[in-house]
Amino acid sequence: MSDVRLAKDPYNIIITGVGGQGNVLASRLLGGMLAEKGFLVTIGETFGASQRGGSVMSHLRISGKTVGSPQIPRGKADVIVSLEPAEAIRVLAGYGNPETMLLTNTHPIYPVGVIKGDLDYPPVAEMKAAVLQVVPAAHFIDATAQAVALGNPILVNIVMLGALGRLQAVPFRRDDFQEAIARRLPPGQLAINIQAFDAGYGMIQ
Amino acid sequence: MSYLIDEGQNIQHLLMGNEAIVRGALEAGVNIAAGYPGTPSSEIIESFSKVAKERNLYVEWSTNEKVAVEVAAAGSFAGLRSLCVMKQNGVNVASDFLLHLASSGTRGGMLLVSCDDPGALSSVNEGESRLFARLLEIPLLEPGDFQEAKDIIPWAFELSEEIRNIVMIRSVTRLSHASGNVRFGPLPDTAARAVFNYSGPLLDPDTGPVISMILAAPELQHGPQLEKLKKAAEIFETCPFNTYTGPDAPELLIITSSACSLYSREAVAILGLEKRVGILKLATTWPLPRRLLTGHLARTARILFVEEVAPTLEDHVKIIAAETAAEIGVKTFYGKKSGHLPAVGELNPDLVINALAGLLAISYQPLTDEFTGKLKGLADRYAPPRGMTFCPGCPHRASYWSIHNALELDGRRGFVCGDIGCYVMGTLPAGFSTVKTLHAMGSGSGIASGFGKLKHFGMDQPVLSVCGDSTFFHAALPALANAIHQRSPFTMVLLDNRGTAMTGFQPHPGSPTNVLGDPVPALDMEKLCRAMGAKVEVSDPFDLAGTQQKLNHLLEYAEGAKVLILRQACALSPERRGKKKYEVFVDESRCRGEDCGCNRLCTRIFGCPGLVWDREKKVSRIDDIICVGCGVCTDICPAGAIVRKEIA
Repeated sequence: MSDVRLAKDPYNIIITGVGGQGNVLASRLLGGMLAEKGFLVTIGETFGASQRGGSVMSHLRISGKTVGSPQIPRGKADVIVSLEPAEAIRVLAGYGNPETMLLTNTHPIYPVGVIKGDLDYPPVAEMKAAVLQVVPAAHFIDATAQAVALGNPILVNIVMLGALGRLQAVPFRRDDFQEAIARRLPPGQLAINIQAFDAGYGMIQ
Repeated sequence: MSYLIDEGQNIQHLLMGNEAIVRGALEAGVNIAAGYPGTPSSEIIESFSKVAKERNLYVEWSTNEKVAVEVAAAGSFAGLRSLCVMKQNGVNVASDFLLHLASSGTRGGMLLVSCDDPGALSSVNEGESRLFARLLEIPLLEPGDFQEAKDIIPWAFELSEEIRNIVMIRSVTRLSHASGNVRFGPLPDTAARAVFNYSGPLLDPDTGPVISMILAAPELQHGPQLEKLKKAAEIFETCPFNTYTGPDAPELLIITSSACSLYSREAVAILGLEKRVGILKLATTWPLPRRLLTGHLARTARILFVEEVAPTLEDHVKIIAAETAAEIGVKTFYGKKSGHLPAVGELNPDLVINALAGLLAISYQPLTDEFTGKLKGLADRYAPPRGMTFCPGCPHRASYWSIHNALELDGRRGFVCGDIGCYVMGTLPAGFSTVKTLHAMGSGSGIASGFGKLKHFGMDQPVLSVCGDSTFFHAALPALANAIHQRSPFTMVLLDNRGTAMTGFQPHPGSPTNVLGDPVPALDMEKLCRAMGAKVEVSDPFDLAGTQQKLNHLLEYAEGAKVLILRQACALSPERRGKKKYEVFVDESRCRGEDCGCNRLCTRIFGCPGLVWDREKKVSRIDDIICVGCGVCTDICPAGAIVRKEIA
């Protein structure tokens, strides 16, 4: 059993984004870190055909007591981490409550309807103001710009994990991340991922 | 080295349900694993392949699911423990052989693992495979969580050897693709020697030939097969994976299995019904353990079934309740048939909460109406729907562009019969709505072969089929043979993207390497089609002009079956991923935007995610983060405003 305490049990985290953004790796890294601490972790994921350029979601249930179901009930998300702003809102609408902490990347990935000019992608500044009216614990960072600055937009998931680490809503630390990434990725990729984590950590004041 | 073969005391890992199944099989000393890729089952064979050398395993991606079962059966006949794995639709493909195998019986323990996809999250239907267990008259097990997904596998191998027949394991997406903590057990010695004994008496289960040939004497094999099933039912009465939690005499009894048991547990906990509602979680769902069930049924008046997808437990338990009514009394049943749970789609904790709240007259409102209204307001304004489309740089978009244009130019209302792969999106605007029939693996070409013969009845529409390279070997070859033999003048467009792309680039008989990465003979599809007698052309779908010219030519040719191989690797494949061939940009001085007359052809119709319509500047632009540099859009723009430069 873990000596680290959860704010609630089960503690429910959703990591969301668009297919191809590294959602699955982020959820496995986070789940792995928490399992190492002795928690029972369930990660519910969907991936496959329906996720080609579509919305993706991982549901993490963290508990000291029971194996959670792989789907979080409506209104029960404690933390939502989103790699894309419109997806943050979609998931918030399905699973959020007034106390939900939301952390989202602000760089949009346009749905095909927007690409085609049939739909509008709402201005992110307006989105941000509207979200803060509904869930006060909301944080917006341009993780994609940071990842690009580090040389590869694929690092956006790790930048987001770093920011989540700084928010301290979920019990893990930089050391835990370092161990988790070393278990998952080849040695050559470690330094850049730790750099991305630190960059994300620094983006939250 | 894979963590799946970690050894030692108290080892625990966070495993996907599919990985837990693999670890369970390794702990059972499995030697043979065969399958055909299909979401959500594919990680099972992939995980086996990573430990094949260390664990003395023979692993293969077979040509199709029927062959996979046959390959695994050979292992069993030779005394080895074997396993075959597929998604639910694969069980349909394998069912002919399975029906015979269930009759002949097995020797070494043998498991059929079917991963179903309730809700059709990554499937063309949400077909239910559990009913096959009843049809095949074989035992069925459904693990309820991640630990059980591991633990049930060695138990299932023991059962298979005990009754000398194949045992079916059924998982679902929310178990196969979800992850949870799994405690490892010890790994056995896997040194094994395969021998097929056949010189004993005809029906001797250990030494005779293994045959399914009962002719007019069903009692010889069907009789013993039913005895095996009876024996399994008896073993199921004390199966450690059937569990009950709740009061001795619950107001309401939930009978559930698989991931639905987790939804049920969560719903009961959220509503605080632990002292009123019992949960009977069954792992042995065919044949049902009759005494166990009647014992539970006798102690309650109301029963709710929570299961996916078909009301299978519901029907089978009701039969037992009817047969034992004098003993257990009259019961009221709720579930899909009563409308308390939906008959379509996957379940979740909220659906179970609603069913329980309705049945027990409890009110449940997780959020205030006001807050729910605010959330809805946010989603309506700020979360534009995300439609499905092909990836940036996908060869299918280019292929469908050419097919669509060729058919429009042809002007005879031609159409495409679709098949299974990412290219199912040919039914959508992503593929210019070119595909007009879509069914099972290989069926597009079979249907097209039939359409091709309707000229006699006055049909003069040109007919095409599309078919992926893996699908070609899986099930389209017999359809092509049929078309050639019957002189059906359709055009098979073979979308060769160099692997089973949709499920993660698994090799197929046309691939130069196998699942272990070892070099193997690659069957040459072009030579194969020519040798069969088809007229064959080959093109790169990224060469739009060349591809359309070849298509026009083939559409005119009416002498028999034709094949156009469109060869270009998937944009996500290891050979293309992260490698841009071209730097692509829009020359704003040449893009005339809305004044062009093309009506935003590039963004509105072609619809590649890497090419976006800039609403402020009213021109197209390339999104550098998304674009993978295939350069195809350069040839779409009538004004020549999209420019590509080869990257050295």
